[in-house]
Order: sequence, then C-alpha cells, then structure tokens
Amino acid sequence: MNATNNSGPMGGNRIVPSAPASAASAVSRISAKDVTVHYGEKQAIFGVSMEVPEKSVTAFIGPSGCGKSTFLRCFNRMNDTIEGCKVGGKITIDGEDIYDPSLDVVELRARVGMVFQKPNPFPKSIYDNIAYGPRIHGLVKNKAETDELVESSLKKAGLWKEVHDRLDAPGTGLSGGQQQRLCIARTIATGPEVILMDEPCSALDPIATSIVEDLIHELKEQYTIIIVTHSMQQAARVSQKTAFFHLGKLIEYGETEQIFVNPKEKQTEAYITGRIG
Amino acid sequence: MTSVLIAVLVLALLGIAYSQGVSRSRLLAGQTRLHSRPQYHGALVALWAVLPLLVLLLVWLLASGMAQDWYIASQLPVEILPGTTEYASAAARLRNIASGFGVAGEAAEWEATAGAALAQFNTVLMLAIVALGAVLGVVGMLYMRSRLTARTRARNHVEAFIKAALIFCSVVAILTTVGIVVSLVTETVRFFTFVSPFEFFFGTVWNPGYSTTSNEASGSYGMLPLLVGTVMISLIAMLVALPVGLMSAIWLTQYANPKLRNAIKPVIEILAGIPTIVYGFFALVTVGPALSGLGDVLGFGINATSALTAGIVMGIMIIPFISSLSDDIIRQVPRTMRDGSLGLGATKAETIRMVIVPAALPGIVGAILLAVSRAIGETMIVVLAAGNAPILRFDPTEPTSTFTVTIVTALTGDADFASPQSLVAFALGLTLFVITLLLNIGALAIVRKYREQYE
Amino acid sequence: MTDLAQTATGAPANEAEANARRRAQVRRSLARRNRAETRFKMLGLGSVLAAMAFVAILFGNILSNGLPAFWQFTLETEITFDPEVINVPDRPVRQAGQSDADYQAEMLGWQRRLAMVNWNRLLIAGVESAMAEDGVTTEIDARSAQSIIDSGARFVLRDMVIADPSIIGQTRRLNLLLSADGDNWAKEKLSRNLPDERQQLSRPARDVIDALMESGSVHRSFAWHIFTNVDSRSSPASAGLAGAFMGSFYMMLVVLLLAVPIGVASAIYLEEFAPKNRVTDLIEVNINNLAAVPSIVFGLLGAAVFINIFHLPLSAPLVGGLVLTLMTLPTVIIATRSSLRAVPPSLRQAALGIGASKTQMVFHHVLPVTYPGILTASILGVAQALGETAPLLLIGMNAFVANIPATPLDQSAALPVQIYLWQGNENRNFFEERTFAAIIVLLALMILLNALAIWLRSRLERKA
Repeated sequence: MNATNNSGPMGGNRIVPSAPASAASAVSRISAKDVTVHYGEKQAIFGVSMEVPEKSVTAFIGPSGCGKSTFLRCFNRMNDTIEGCKVGGKITIDGEDIYDPSLDVVELRARVGMVFQKPNPFPKSIYDNIAYGPRIHGLVKNKAETDELVESSLKKAGLWKEVHDRLDAPGTGLSGGQQQRLCIARTIATGPEVILMDEPCSALDPIATSIVEDLIHELKEQYTIIIVTHSMQQAARVSQKTAFFHLGKLIEYGETEQIFVNPKEKQTEAYITGRIG
Repeated sequence: MTSVLIAVLVLALLGIAYSQGVSRSRLLAGQTRLHSRPQYHGALVALWAVLPLLVLLLVWLLASGMAQDWYIASQLPVEILPGTTEYASAAARLRNIASGFGVAGEAAEWEATAGAALAQFNTVLMLAIVALGAVLGVVGMLYMRSRLTARTRARNHVEAFIKAALIFCSVVAILTTVGIVVSLVTETVRFFTFVSPFEFFFGTVWNPGYSTTSNEASGSYGMLPLLVGTVMISLIAMLVALPVGLMSAIWLTQYANPKLRNAIKPVIEILAGIPTIVYGFFALVTVGPALSGLGDVLGFGINATSALTAGIVMGIMIIPFISSLSDDIIRQVPRTMRDGSLGLGATKAETIRMVIVPAALPGIVGAILLAVSRAIGETMIVVLAAGNAPILRFDPTEPTSTFTVTIVTALTGDADFASPQSLVAFALGLTLFVITLLLNIGALAIVRKYREQYE
Repeated sequence: MTDLAQTATGAPANEAEANARRRAQVRRSLARRNRAETRFKMLGLGSVLAAMAFVAILFGNILSNGLPAFWQFTLETEITFDPEVINVPDRPVRQAGQSDADYQAEMLGWQRRLAMVNWNRLLIAGVESAMAEDGVTTEIDARSAQSIIDSGARFVLRDMVIADPSIIGQTRRLNLLLSADGDNWAKEKLSRNLPDERQQLSRPARDVIDALMESGSVHRSFAWHIFTNVDSRSSPASAGLAGAFMGSFYMMLVVLLLAVPIGVASAIYLEEFAPKNRVTDLIEVNINNLAAVPSIVFGLLGAAVFINIFHLPLSAPLVGGLVLTLMTLPTVIIATRSSLRAVPPSLRQAALGIGASKTQMVFHHVLPVTYPGILTASILGVAQALGETAPLLLIGMNAFVANIPATPLDQSAALPVQIYLWQGNENRNFFEERTFAAIIVLLALMILLNALAIWLRSRLERKA
C-alpha cells in the first residue's frame, strides 16, 4: 500500500521534502509556501508550507477551528467565494502558481476537484449530475460520449451497480452515502488531477463511511487526494501522509504511521492521545 | 353633553369598583394568603361593574332612535299620515323644537306642546337609562365584592375575559372572509336571476344596456372580452416584471457586494410602496403618449391608452414584488449547492443558470403566481390607462378592459344598486376573488413545500 | 480495480497526455464562457439599473410636472368694496329671546343677499385699476377682464365682508388668483401661436395678462390655498386639498384605532394561546389569503354590507376607514405574529419559570419586546391604506364634495380619490399639473409616515 510513498519522516513548521526514493512517483506536484489566510481582520492560517506528493492520500487533522478546511480550500481557490477572505503566500501545482492573476479559476477548479462535507447533489437527475461538469467544460461532444463518461465515472465511484437502472431519478433521492459517492463521481467526471475532500464522511453512517473509505483507497491510484477529517482513525486508515494543524499553524507533517506512532511534537501527541481537541 | 356625562359615569364606576376590589382584597390579605393579587380582584370587580353598563349603553345606542320615532308617532296628529313628506318634516320640526334649536317663524300650538313633551320624554328616557346603568353597575360591583374571598381565582377570571376578547378579535379576520364570500355570492345569485350564468361566463360580447326598469336586463353580459383583457394585461406585466425582477434579484444576491445591495434594495422597493393611482396617472400622461409616439416612429399605431400601456406600467409596479420574493427564495438555496458547482469549475453564471435557478424554481413559480394574482386584481392602473373598451380582441396596442375596470364602472355609475348593471360587479368580483384565491392557495402551498425542502 | 481499467481517459500510460488534452479543451472553452459570464452579469446589472431608472423617471416626472403647480400666478391690485355694488342691510344681530332657528334663518337671509351681490363688478374694476396703475391701455371688455381672475375670488371678497362688514366703502390691496386659463397662459402651457378660436382666453385678456406680467402686477406666488381650500368645480384655480386631506385623516384615524388593536390582539391569540389544531390552521390560511385578496374586493364588501345592508352614509370617511381597516388587518396580524415569533423562547420560559401565568408572560414580558415591530408594521399598514383608491370608489367616495368634513360621518373626499377626480377634469391643461401636485402631497405624506416608522424603530430598538 505504501509503494508510492517513500518520502522520509518530516517534522517542524518548515517542512522540507526528504530525498525521494522513487523518482517516478514521489515528485511533489502540489507545493504550498508561506500560505496565510485572513478573514477580514482575523487571521486564520499562519505561514503554512508543505509539499503534497502525487497519487497518494494526504490527511489534514486537527481540532475543529484549526484551519484545516480553510487551508484545503486554498488549493482550488474556493476561498475566493467567501466575502472578505484574503490568501497570501504561494501555492503551485506542477510549478504553476495558482494565484497568478492571469490564471482562470475555472480552469484550476477543473483540475482540482472538490468533495464537500455534506453531500450536495444538484436538483437534477443522477445522469445530469454527472454530465454537468463535462458539459460545461465542453469535454463531451455528443450523447454517446456523455453516456460513456457517465458510466465510467459511476463505475469508478462504485455506484454504477446501484443506480444504472435509474439514471433519470433525481440525485437528491439517493441515500446519504450514495449521494456522497455521486458527488465523487461528479468530480471524477470532470477529469481532475487532484481531488480535495472536506470531511467527506462526517454526514454518513459507519457503513457508508467504510464504503467511501474503500473508494478513496482505490482512487489514489489515479488521483492526488487531500482529505480533511476530524477522525484520527479515518486518517490512519486512508492516508499515507498526515498533517496536523492547530490554531491555524501546521504543527507537524509526515508519514501517517510516524505521526500516529511516534509524533515529534508535544502538541501532536497531546491531540493523538485525546488531550486537546 | 350627554356623552360626556356617560363617559364620566363609566370612568367613575370603573375607578370606584377597581379600588373597592383592591381594598377588599387587602382586607382579606390580612387574614390569609390570597390566590390572586389585589389588582386582579380590583379588575374583576371593575369588569362586573362596567360590562353590564356597557351592554346597556350599546342597546340604548341602537334603540334610542326607534324609541324616539315611536314617541313622535304618538304625538303627531292623526291627519298626518306616516310615510309622507309632511310627516317627515313635521317630525323634523318636533325634533328641532325638542332639542331647543327651535324652528324659524312661529310654531303651532300643538307643535310647541308636542315638542316640549318630546323633550321631556327624551330627558326622562336618558335619565332612566343612566339610572338603570348606574344601578346595574353598582349592583354588579357590590355582588362581586361580596363574593370576593381569599380563594377567589380572580386572576383566572380576568385572564379568561382577556382571552375571550383576544378570540373575539381573531374572529374578525374570519368574519371578513365570510362577509366577502356571502356578500359576493348573494349579489351574484341575484345577478344570475337577470342573466344566465352560461351567458355570463361564455358570452363574447360585453354591452350592458341601460334599462330604465331595474327588473330586467337588456344588452349582453358576456365576460370573455374582460377575461381576455385581464389576461393580456397581466401577461404583458409579467413579461416586463419577471426578467427585470428575477435578474435584479440574481444580481443583488450573487454579484453585488453587501454594501451596494443594502443601498439598492430599498430604492427598488420604493416602487412597491407607491399608490397604484399614481402609477395609473403616470401611465396615462407619460407612458401612454410616449408609447404612442414610439409607435409613430416605428410605423404602427399604438393607442395611448391600451393594454400595452397598462401592462408595462403594471409590470414596473410588480418588479419589486418579484425581486424581493425571488431574493428570499434564492437565498434559501443552500450554499453547499453553489459550492458544489463552483468546485467543479463552473463559472458563476453557469452555476446560477444551471444549479441555483433550477433549485429555486418551485419557489420562483410560487412568487410568479402571487405576482399574477396581484396583477389580475390591480385596479387603478387599468382604470386610468387601459382605455375601458370591453371588446373581444387580442391586439395589445388597442384599448381594452378588465374585470376590475368594469367593476368600478358598474358601481360608480348612476344605475340602481339592485339593477343588473350594478349587480354584475359582484359576479365579476366573485370570479376575480375565486381566481386570485386559487392562485394564492397554489402559490402559498408551493412556497411552503419549497421552504420545507431546504429546512 | 476492474473499474479503473475502463476509464474514459485511457490507461495510466498515456494519462498525462489525456490530462493535457483535457486541460487544453477546458482552456479553449474559457473565452466563450467568460464572455457568457460577463453577458449574464451585465444583464443582471442592467436589470437593477432599469429598476432604479424607473424609480428615477417616475419621481422625476412627478416632481417636474407637479412642483410648478405650487406656484400660481396672481394679480396684485386694489379692490374697492363699493357700497353701491354691495347693497346689503347691516349684518343681523341676535335679539334677546330670539330662538336659534330664527337667528339662523335671518343670518342665512343676509348671506343670501350677499351672495347675490355682483362681485364680478368689483373684480373687473380691480383688473382695470391694475391696468391704470401700470399704464396698460389695451381695450378690454368686461367678459375678458372677468376671465382673467379666478371666479373663486368672489368668495374671497364675500368672506371678507362677512367677517368684517365695516370694510364696505374701503379699498384694499389684494393678491387675487388668476383663473385656470389665465394661469395656463402665463405658464405658457398652450402654444402662443395657436389661432384665436383655439385659445381659451380672448385676445385682449391675453394681452392684458402679458402686459401686467411685464409690469410685475401679475406674478407668481406660493399657492397656499392648495393646502387650505377645498375642491371646487366652478373655480378650478382655487381648488385645494383640505377636504381630501381631512377625509384621509379621519380614515387613517379609524384604521389606526381599529386595525391595530384588533390585529395585535388576534396575532397574540393565534401565536401565544391558540391550540395548534385544524381551526387555527384554517384561520392561518385564511389570513394569508386575505392579505392577497385584491383591494377592490374589499370595496365590493363595503358596498354590499356597510352601504347596502347597514345603510351607513355614502362617501363617509367612517365607511372608508372600516373598509381599509379590514384590508389592513391581515398586514398587521402577519407582521405582529412574525415579531412575536422572533422573541426567543428562553424569555417565555424564564417568565413561566418564575411563576407567571401565560397571560402575564405575554403581556408583561413578550409583548413589550415586540413594540418596535408592531409599531413599524402599524405605521406601514396605515401608509399603505392611505394610498388605496379602488375600494373607496365603490363606496361612493368619488362624489364631488366641497366641504371639509367635520366628523367621520360627513361626506368627504380622500387624497387618492382627489387625484382620481382631478385627473378626470375636462380642463386637462390646468389639472394635469394640479393632479401631479396632489400626487406630490400624497407621496410626501407616505414618505413621512415611512420615515417616522424607521425613526421610531431605530429609537425603540436602541432603548430595548
């Protein structure tokens, strides 16, 4: 399972990627440098820097209000939609500055998809939910292509078997877990390279949660995934790397195993052992 | 004079009874613990004192005229027959003499005595009523006061009275609806004794004849021309109001920054507060001639008073209605839905067109129904600017007429109230009422369901 | 893993290529989509601007047309109360022992004599004296001279004599209103190039007005009489809004005294006491629907019930007030209920917790918190009722009334109805402006009420 994740242990506020063991997959595609976020007068993120490796799952953990979701939303500039929110520092994907004014945020979000805390299917049929992204981006030219893409996306999200006979039914009629997988399928259909997941299982029951977790596990073969979770068990189960945030600061970032077994920072240890949070 | 006296009496009784109740209960309080506080004892005694008195005064108010008429009838000489003008003027003279105003010139001897007798009768009657009222009040007060004990649940009694008064007030709204339905239906039924319902609902000619006798209808009473006019004007109004109102709501909720929105919204809502007569006059003297001029430039005739003029101005009036309702509804679409679309890389416009508006659609449809019902019932704009030409045609550049215009014309003319040309107003009113009621019920049901969906 | 093998974008080997292709595709669509975005945004902004433009046009139109009406042309001249013309006996004095009726009859006789005086001769003499004073030598016949001054001036002179009979024989300097036609001419509302037969005034009358304007005797003055006079058909230039204002005032008084207490009481019952059952549901639906019933239907109710069954007087502000009360009631109920609903349940529980009864809780604790909301709703309801026209037409308030109503039972006009009546006047040239002026007065009152509501609310809320 850790075949693609060979980076060494890391720690401290300034996190430097250690020398990659396997050059093919350990190239860090996403890189954040000194990122700050302000909501009006209030500062939410304080100079966070990190490298996110390709095709693996990176988990952000920390007590609620620690800024992990805010930081996640920087990667596809969803913070732009919040009134009075200012992002500083530099974030690059494949070396490209995503806050470059000449870059179109639409293009960025097509590359960096997002799955939200609460399943939010559109008030349309299951089919139209999936086809929405490809259609607006002009990725499909005709009905046949759309059909094919809808089917493959639903298959990737493991939903095809359950809904293939009722693609015209409204997406809002599915169960919570199915809705969330529909949202994942919807994101996949646009053909992203990175998928951001903001506590994707917090509104789901344990069975639906485990299905989604298995799905995440499969998806990392093809996509770079960053997941925010408030459940340490979930982080331990699905992720290869884990970042611990506290009060808007990145406290520790490293291999998931190392973070949970042998945390370097006192605050991390306190959180893992349940003393803060 | 009398009214001041009576008011003083009522107030005095109120005060005395209240203080009696309070002092009595203070006395009781010295012995044991009271169930209710002294104020409630006072209020209870005051209620017992004043309520019978008020009932009596109400009866007197309604009946005193009758009593006086009866007495005058007994005083007038038998030669003067009731119902004649001499009778009325003689009665008026008697009243004037009795009130002390007197009559110009000499009063006949019998008039003077009868007048004096009438004055005496009035005085005695009033004194009797006042005395009876006072006795009733005092008896009520003493009775309740004597029954006060420490265990009297005075607060509960007073509160029961308050609750009864509150219930009475809520019944007024029901009574209004009942009154509307009953009066419209009765008069409509009367109208249908002149004109068959079939002719009224399906007739294509509106041309009420002005018959001098009020017991038969002449002319035609087909409401279809009015229906067509009403629908046409409402349609034009919606064509103006819907795009402008909806797009304004979208811009204000999705694009404008909060400061700008808070500045602009009240300005647009000014349009909703302007009386419709003002719009009507504006349509008549400004919009109508402007449209007619525009028609000349474009090479086709537009009448200054036409369905188009009335419809456009009505549309302007309805803009804030649509925009503030849509504003509320769009805001209720959950933010996560918007984020979901933006997160896929949709532009703002794509998100609004393909996600937010479809999500808000039921609510918007409800708002549109409410707006249509308002347009159909709107009166003054069409009275002034639609031209009042009840002819069945579908050309919006020509004058037309509506239900409301015809109601106003029918009831402001010289026709007798019981004649078909007046009664038809109620048949039209009932039709209008039913249409708007259905639209409102439908709209409210849709909007309510929509709200529940996102709660 | 089997699913992954069938991806639309191909096998992992050429994944990078597929990604690049997709990105190129997205990038290609950008220009078109951004144009659509701008178009959409502009459409929205355009709609907002259009709505605001309507407001601006409406108010601009009303103000530019209506404000000039508040300044009317007057002729300043000397009027001699010539005893030969005013040939009446002395004003009657009340004799000892005379009955009210006899005195009034005598007084009426005297006033009738006064009314028969040929006041126009005084007015014509007044025009001539102004001409003489200013050295205007135009030949003018009596009819033309008379047509310059508003016929209402006769009553001004008569009332001066009634107020002080000793004025007879004296000369006073007065500012007399020009007639409606004269005012139209002076304000150049009619083209001066129209031929004589299409002009409303004769040529000498027009010439004299021009000459007197030149010399300054005819000049604009603020038209106070718009606020103090009642409507008039015979002398349009001196028609005013006093009667309509009082009529509206009485109606609003009725609305305030009935709609507010009844509305608040029923809102309290429905929100705080009523059990939640089908009856109260029905009342709720009923009130919501009543709020959307067209106003004209309330007029029909008034005509059928108040006028035809109860035989209340036609055109009376009391009846108008009752109809408007029924119309305003749902507004007050709905607004009060929403203020009551906004009171936090914790306040209710706190009151009940210390042993207050439900009634005490409502009247001592909940209701005081909602005063700002109720007050604002009441004022806004009254403002809305103030502008309502249609139902009033159906209960006979479209009648011409030339009196200031002394009680709510007297015949009366109302402001919006006055607008309706004036817009229908045949002398369009003069009354169009006058109607706009009436609209300005009505809107000013409504704005005043709204401002009052806003001011009171902010004041009360700051206190709370």
